[in-house]
Amino acid sequence: SNPFEVKVNRQKFNVLGRKTKNDVGLPGVSRSKAVKKRTQTLLKEYKEREKTNVFKDKRFGEYNTKISPEEKMMRRFALERQQNYGKKNIYNLNEDEELTHYGQSLAEIEKLNDIVDSDSDTEERGTLSAELTAAHFGGGGGLLRKKVSSGQQAEEEKPKSRKELIEEMIAKSKQEKQERQTRRENALELTEKLDNDWKEIQTLIAHKTPKSERKDKDVEKPKPDEYDIIVRELGFEMKAKPSERMKTEEELAIEEQARLQKLEADRLRRMRGVDEEEKKKKPSHVSADDLADGFILDKDDRRLLSYKDGKIDIENEEEEEKDVEEEEEGGSTDNENEDESEEESGGEDEEDVAADSHSDLESDLESEEEAAGNKEHKKHVTNENESLNVEQQDPKMEAAKSELPYTFAVPESYEALKSLLAGRTVEQQLTILERIQKCNHPSLAVGNKAKLEKLFGFLLEYIGELATLDLPELRTIDKLVLPLYNLCQMFPEAASDSIKFILRDAAHDMEEIIEVKGRAAFPGLDTLIYLKITSLLFPTSDFWHPVVTPAFMYMSQLLTKCRITTLQDVVKGLFICCLFLEYVSLSKRFVPELINFLLGVLHISLPKKQAHGYTVVHPFVPVGKNLELLLVCDKKDLESWQKQNLPLSIVTGLTSKTSRTEMNHIRLSCLALCFDLVKKCAALYESLPSFHEIMYPLKILLTQHVPVNEYPEKMQECYHSALKELENKVKHYTPLICEKKKPVPLKQYTPKIVKVLEFGRKQAGSKKEQERKELIRKHKRELKGAIREIRKDNQFLARMQLSEVMERDAARKRKVKELLGSLATQEGEWKAMKRKKGRN
Amino acid sequence: KLPTGLYKKVLIILHDCILPYMNEPTLMIDFLTVAYGIGGAISLLALNGLFILIHQHNLEYPDFYKKLYSLLDPSIYHVKYRARFFHLADLFLSSSHLPAYLVAAFIKRLSRLALTAPPQALLMVIPFICNLFRRHPACRVLVHRPNGPEDMSEDPYIMEEEEPSASRALESSLWEIQTLQNHYHPDVAKAAAVLNQSLSEMEDDISGLLELSAYELFDKEVKKKANAVPLEFEQVRGLFGKKNDVFAEHFTLD
Repeated sequence: SNPFEVKVNRQKFNVLGRKTKNDVGLPGVSRSKAVKKRTQTLLKEYKEREKTNVFKDKRFGEYNTKISPEEKMMRRFALERQQNYGKKNIYNLNEDEELTHYGQSLAEIEKLNDIVDSDSDTEERGTLSAELTAAHFGGGGGLLRKKVSSGQQAEEEKPKSRKELIEEMIAKSKQEKQERQTRRENALELTEKLDNDWKEIQTLIAHKTPKSERKDKDVEKPKPDEYDIIVRELGFEMKAKPSERMKTEEELAIEEQARLQKLEADRLRRMRGVDEEEKKKKPSHVSADDLADGFILDKDDRRLLSYKDGKIDIENEEEEEKDVEEEEEGGSTDNENEDESEEESGGEDEEDVAADSHSDLESDLESEEEAAGNKEHKKHVTNENESLNVEQQDPKMEAAKSELPYTFAVPESYEALKSLLAGRTVEQQLTILERIQKCNHPSLAVGNKAKLEKLFGFLLEYIGELATLDLPELRTIDKLVLPLYNLCQMFPEAASDSIKFILRDAAHDMEEIIEVKGRAAFPGLDTLIYLKITSLLFPTSDFWHPVVTPAFMYMSQLLTKCRITTLQDVVKGLFICCLFLEYVSLSKRFVPELINFLLGVLHISLPKKQAHGYTVVHPFVPVGKNLELLLVCDKKDLESWQKQNLPLSIVTGLTSKTSRTEMNHIRLSCLALCFDLVKKCAALYESLPSFHEIMYPLKILLTQHVPVNEYPEKMQECYHSALKELENKVKHYTPLICEKKKPVPLKQYTPKIVKVLEFGRKQAGSKKEQERKELIRKHKRELKGAIREIRKDNQFLARMQLSEVMERDAARKRKVKELLGSLATQEGEWKAMKRKKGRN
Repeated sequence: KLPTGLYKKVLIILHDCILPYMNEPTLMIDFLTVAYGIGGAISLLALNGLFILIHQHNLEYPDFYKKLYSLLDPSIYHVKYRARFFHLADLFLSSSHLPAYLVAAFIKRLSRLALTAPPQALLMVIPFICNLFRRHPACRVLVHRPNGPEDMSEDPYIMEEEEPSASRALESSLWEIQTLQNHYHPDVAKAAAVLNQSLSEMEDDISGLLELSAYELFDKEVKKKANAVPLEFEQVRGLFGKKNDVFAEHFTLD
C-alpha cells in the first residue's frame, strides 16, 4: 500500500522470544474503516432516533447464512406455492397446471416409484385405454345419452352388437382393473416383505448381535440371490452407523470384575479410614447399578416378577404385549407426524417422499431403542391406560377387582401403607411396593422423592410390626428386604436417617429403663431385625459410618447392660453376637464385648461352682442366680438332641407350653452355636497381636471346666473343632517400635529457584490465582477498549452534529443572502422607477 | 461387720462428710485399712479415704501400690465406681518419683485388662496410659524397643504375679494397645494409634473422659452429620441371604 499511510512502530531493541504483533500499523485505513462502520450503525441510529417505524425483512432466510442460496430459492418457491395453494383464483387459468408426458402426469409417474399409494384414486389417475376413451368421448357418449333419453324402446331397436360392445368394454375394463390391482397388491406385498427384512437386518446392524444368529436368519430366508445379498450387505454397510458394539461375555465379565474391584477398593479405603479428607472431595458412593436415572436394578425387578403365581404372570405378559402395541402405535403416530410436517412444507420436492419410507424405518428403529430405554415409563403409561380400560370396558369387572391395580399412590401415612398391604400375599405385597416405586418415580413428578423417602420409613415400621407379632412373619420380612434395599439405594440419606432414628429411639428407651430400674432387658425381635437389616443395607466394614457405627455402639450396650435371665435372653444375646461377627467379618475389628459375652454364656452352661482361672464380667456374675441357665442334666435329652438351627420365633414365642425336652434341646443348640461362634472368633482374630491374651479365659474354660464327656457326640465335635481353632495358633510376638518422627527440615536461606516455563508470564501463584489475574487483566483491557470506543463514538457523533449545524447555517445564510439579494433588486428597481418618475 | 450396702454408703461419703469434721482423722485408719483389704468394690471405695489420710495426715501405708495393683481386675472397667477409681489412680500415679518397673506393671496390667473393656472405658484408659508414658519416659520401652529380640514366643509379662516388681513388665511390649488399634469403635482405634507415634509433651486431660457413658458415646455418634452415606453394593437376597451368612447356619426364619 501507500508507504505514506503506513506507520511503523520502531523497536528500540529486540527482545529474544517476544512476539511482535503490531510493528506496522495502517492508521488511515483503520480510521476510514471505523468511520464507515459508524456511519452504517451509529449514524443510522442517530438519524432514526425519533422514528418508531421499523423496516422488517420478511424474505425467507434472507439473513440465514446456513442455508445455501439454491436451497433458499427453493424454499422460497415452496413457500410461495404453499401460499397460493388454497386460493381459488377464477381468473388464473394456470392454477392447477400439471406437467404431462404422453398424457400422463409427471408427478404421477414419479409417485409410482413410491410403492405406498392410496387405492381409491387409481382409476382416475391411470392411463385411459383407447376403448374407454372412445366410448366416453366418441360414439359412446352419444349412445349413453340416447339410452337414457329414449328408454326401452330405443334399446330394442338398437342392434345387439352395441350392447355387446358396451358389455365387452365394461368387462374388459373390469378385468384390466383387476389385473392392475393384483399387480399392485403383489408389488405391495413384496415391498412389505422387503421392508420387514430390512427392518430385521437394520436392527441387527444397529445392535450387532453375534454372527451366528445373523447367519441363522439368513438361512431362514428363501434363498436370495447371491448378488442381491452382496449388494444389500454393501448398502447396509454403507448406511450402518458406528454404533456401540455389543460386548462379549468375557468383556462383560471383565467389566463386572473391574466394577466390583473398584467398589471393593473403595470399601477397603473406607475401612482403613485413613484419607477422610480425600474422601470428602470424591463424589459420594453410588451403586454401580444406579444409572442416575433411578431405574435401578432392572434385573432384580424381573426376578421379582418371576416369583409371581401364574395369574399375575399372565397379566404381566399381557402388559408387555400392550407395550409392544403401544410402541407400534407410537411408531405410526410418528409417521403421521411426519406426514403432517410434509404437508406443511407443501410442494417440497418429491424426492422426500421417496426417502420417506426409509426414514420411517429409522424412526421405528429409534422408537424401539427408546422403548428399551424408557420401557418403564411406557409401562407406567400403559398401566394407566390399562387400568382405565379395565374400569371402562372390561365386562368382567368382578374378576378385575380381585386383581391388583396397576398404579398406586404413595401411602402418606403408616396406616395407609398397612391397609394397602394387609391381607395380601407376600408376592402381592412385593408387586404393590414395586408398582408404587415405579409409578412414583422421582423423575416423573416433583414431590415423589419426598414421598418415596417417607415410604422407606413406613416400610421399616411395617417390618418392625411384622416382627413383633406373636408369630413373627419372618418369611415376609425376608422378602420385604428387597424393596427396602432398592429404596435405600435410591435415597441413602433418608434411609440412613430413618434407621438412625430407630436406633436412637431404642437406645434412648434402654437408657431410660436403666436409669429407672438400674438394669435393662433385651429388646424385642424387631430391633434385632433392624440391626440385621442395617448390615444388609450399609457396608459394615467402614472405619466410620453414619449408621453402622451407632449400631455398633447400641449392640455393645446390649451385650454389656442387658441382664440375662431367661433362655430367650441368651438366644437374643447370641443373635447379637452373630450380628457382631457379621459386622466385623470383613474388617476383622476387635469386639471385646463379643468375647466377654461368649465367655459368660459358656459360664452359665456349667454346673455351679467357683470359677477358676477366668473372670466373667457384667452382665454375667461369677456367683448368684440365673446361673446354670444353659445347663442340661437330663441324660435322655442329651442323647435325643439333634443339631438343628434355632428358629427365630422362639425369641417371642417361647412360652411355658414348650416342654422340658424342647427347652433342653434349645439350650443345647445355643451351646453348639456358642462353640461355633468361639471357633469363628478364633479364626477372625487370629492376626491380632494379643490373640492369646484375648482367648485365654475362653481356653481355660473350655479345657478345664466344660464337661465334654457328658455331651452328645455332635456337641463334642463342635467343642473339639472350637478348641482346635483356639489352640493351634502360633504364639508370635515382636517388640513394638514407634514410627519414626519425620525430621523437620532446617530453615534455609538459599534463594528459591523456579523453573521458567514461558517468558513474559508471571509464574507465581497457584493455577487458580494465575487464572484470576489473567481474568483481571483481560477485563482491564476490555474496559479500556470499550471506553476508547465510546469516546470515539461521541467524537463521531459530535462531528456529525457539527456538520449538520454547519449545513443548516450555510443553508440559512444562503437563504438570507437570497432574500437580501431579492430585496436589494426590488429596492433597486423601485429606486430606478422613482428616478424614472422623477426624471419624467 | 457392717452390711455391704451400708459399708459402701459410708465409704462413699467418708472423704467428703466425715473426715474433714473429725478431730482425729487418723482414728479411721484401722477402719479404712480393713475396708481396703476386703477387696472388690469396697476396696475401691476405701481408697478415697486412705488417700486423704496419706496425703494430709502422713499415713505411711506399707505395700500401698502392691495393693492398688492387685485391685486391678477385669471388673474394674465395668463397675459403677470406675470414674472415682481412675481419678484416684491418676493421682497416685502422678508422682514422677515412682520406679519405672511399677508404672510399667500398672500400664501393662491396665492394658491387658482393657482387652475386655467397653469402648467408653477404653476411651478413658488409653489417654490415661499415654499420660503415664509422659510422666515416666523410662517406660517408653513398652512401645518402643528398637534393639529388642526379633521374635518372642511368649509375652514376658506375668499376669498372675501379684508383686509388680516381679511381673517383668519392662521386658514386655504393649501388644494390647496394638490390638486395640483394630477396635470397632473409630475413636478407640484412633486413640490407640496415638501410641504409634512419639507422644506430644502436653498431658491429656482425662477428667472429662472419666464419666463417659455408653449412651453419651452413642448419642455423639448418632448426632454426627455425614455428607455422604456409603451403601452396600452387594445385592440383598433376603434377610439371611449374604454370602457365608452366620445366621443362615444357626437360625431359621420360622
